[in-house]
Amino acid sequence: MTARRHERRAGILRRLGRVAIVVLSVLFLCLFLVVPLASVFAEAFRLGAHAFVESLDQPEAMAAIRLTLWVAAITVPLNVVFGVAAAWAMTRFEFRGKALLGALIDLPLSVSPVVSGLLYVLMFGAQGWFGPWLSAHGIKIIFAVPGLVLATIFITLPFVARELIPLMQAQGSEEEEVARSLGASGLQTFFRVTLPNIRWALLYGVLLCNARAMGEFGAVSVVSGHIRGLTTTMPLEVEMRYNEYNYVGAFAIASLLALLALLTLAVKSLLEWRYHNDLDVTAARRR
Amino acid sequence: MRRRVLPGFGLSLGFAVAYLGLIVLLPLSALAWKASDIGASGILRLFSSPRTWAALKLSFGGAFLAACINVVIGLMVTWALVRYRFPGRRILDALIDLPFALPTAVAGIALTAIYAPNGWLGHWLVPLGIKVAYTPLGVLLAMVFVSFPFVVRTLQPVLQSLERDVEDAAESLGATGTQTFLRVVLPTLVPTLLTGFALALARAAGEYGSVIFIAGNIPLRSEIAPLLIVQRLEEFDYATAAALGVVMLAFSLTLLILISAVQRWTQRWAEQPA
Repeated sequence: MTARRHERRAGILRRLGRVAIVVLSVLFLCLFLVVPLASVFAEAFRLGAHAFVESLDQPEAMAAIRLTLWVAAITVPLNVVFGVAAAWAMTRFEFRGKALLGALIDLPLSVSPVVSGLLYVLMFGAQGWFGPWLSAHGIKIIFAVPGLVLATIFITLPFVARELIPLMQAQGSEEEEVARSLGASGLQTFFRVTLPNIRWALLYGVLLCNARAMGEFGAVSVVSGHIRGLTTTMPLEVEMRYNEYNYVGAFAIASLLALLALLTLAVKSLLEWRYHNDLDVTAARRR
Repeated sequence: MRRRVLPGFGLSLGFAVAYLGLIVLLPLSALAWKASDIGASGILRLFSSPRTWAALKLSFGGAFLAACINVVIGLMVTWALVRYRFPGRRILDALIDLPFALPTAVAGIALTAIYAPNGWLGHWLVPLGIKVAYTPLGVLLAMVFVSFPFVVRTLQPVLQSLERDVEDAAESLGATGTQTFLRVVLPTLVPTLLTGFALALARAAGEYGSVIFIAGNIPLRSEIAPLLIVQRLEEFDYATAAALGVVMLAFSLTLLILISAVQRWTQRWAEQPA
């Protein structure tokens, strides 16, 4: 009898513990993630939709949006080409120093964004490595668009490569070798065999790379010089407006960036649910 | 040696190495070169300044605390997401990555708006004597926010693939739920938790965008190390900025090496015959 009562009490306790863990987790996530996200939109519309539209319909806001799109449009394709090339070399061939190459690709992920920007100032800034030569030839990199692009390339360099390398490693090169032995050229093999196998992972990498390229703040803030209309991307415009106490204006641009983040998360989750087998390394190995 | 069947080795490796050299290696050597400009007197001035020490302590100490908090909360949240089914689970699971997807400047002003004395949460907390915005507590909060996904995302796949029969065995032998968790489940998760901890620590220590808005940036109190670098750069004191950059970089490199050591150790441990 007592044993059964004991068992029942343990069962109730376990159920209580389960409910407590779920409730605490949901509460924490709502308070910690949902509330900040909601506050961005609430602050942007605090003075109504009219003020929101007005604060976006301004030349410097438009210039910031255009610049952000440009920086991403240059950065993402370059890092896609790099990611595919690095993944091809690392997963299809054996060579010495492969581990070092992998470590170098991961490096930008663990460097402080400010240090990333600093690296380029030390290279191209007025007193940097190439500074005197550049100013003698009238070329501006720091406090200009090329600096923004370089810092963004550095920050987002790992994203595509990191998605492709483990997947292509797991898929192996058999299919490509068969295509070659059947007479396909190198390019045909890549476009007809490799690319279809990695397309969803590639899209996934592009998505993450693009989100970071458009949202990067620390690194571009160091190299930008904050010249309004010329070198301020959207995150930098958010900062400048915020520091001028133009809160609605700052949150209006921030809400566009938050929408981009939400869109990125939605597409990312969709890819994970629908194409799980084409993204997941263990599934690829099983195939 | 086996003849290479697939083409493009020279081209792909050559391009990857050249790209990495230009984008990563060359700038890194510029850092080393500029940092060596600082000289003995510069180093002495930098490290005898209480402001430097306060900022380094806040960045690294705050990041350490934030990573500890994330291990505890991340473990709880991952457990709930993996083991239990409840309405809204998939949406919350997708939202975990929000701190990665949301630009840091946006996170920074949003957190400041919420915890400012007139904000949604601030106007409840400030009368209770809990000031978050413009204090070191705000710095900690922003650090926890930006590094939150690391522990969950490293832990999730491991917890999903954990065999349940060991737990069932422990319980059929009379262990309580708590005992099973502490003695059977937790030990197998330790290496993963360590990896997540180190990743969160590295991210939080270098964080800039989300922290500077909520920190208030009061010297000796709520000023972080990356902000010192920015200030030195604004004064065109490249050598001191570079020296501080080397300190931060050395910290993250040490962490990277530790992470890969932990992973190697786990792999060897997992491959051992039982």
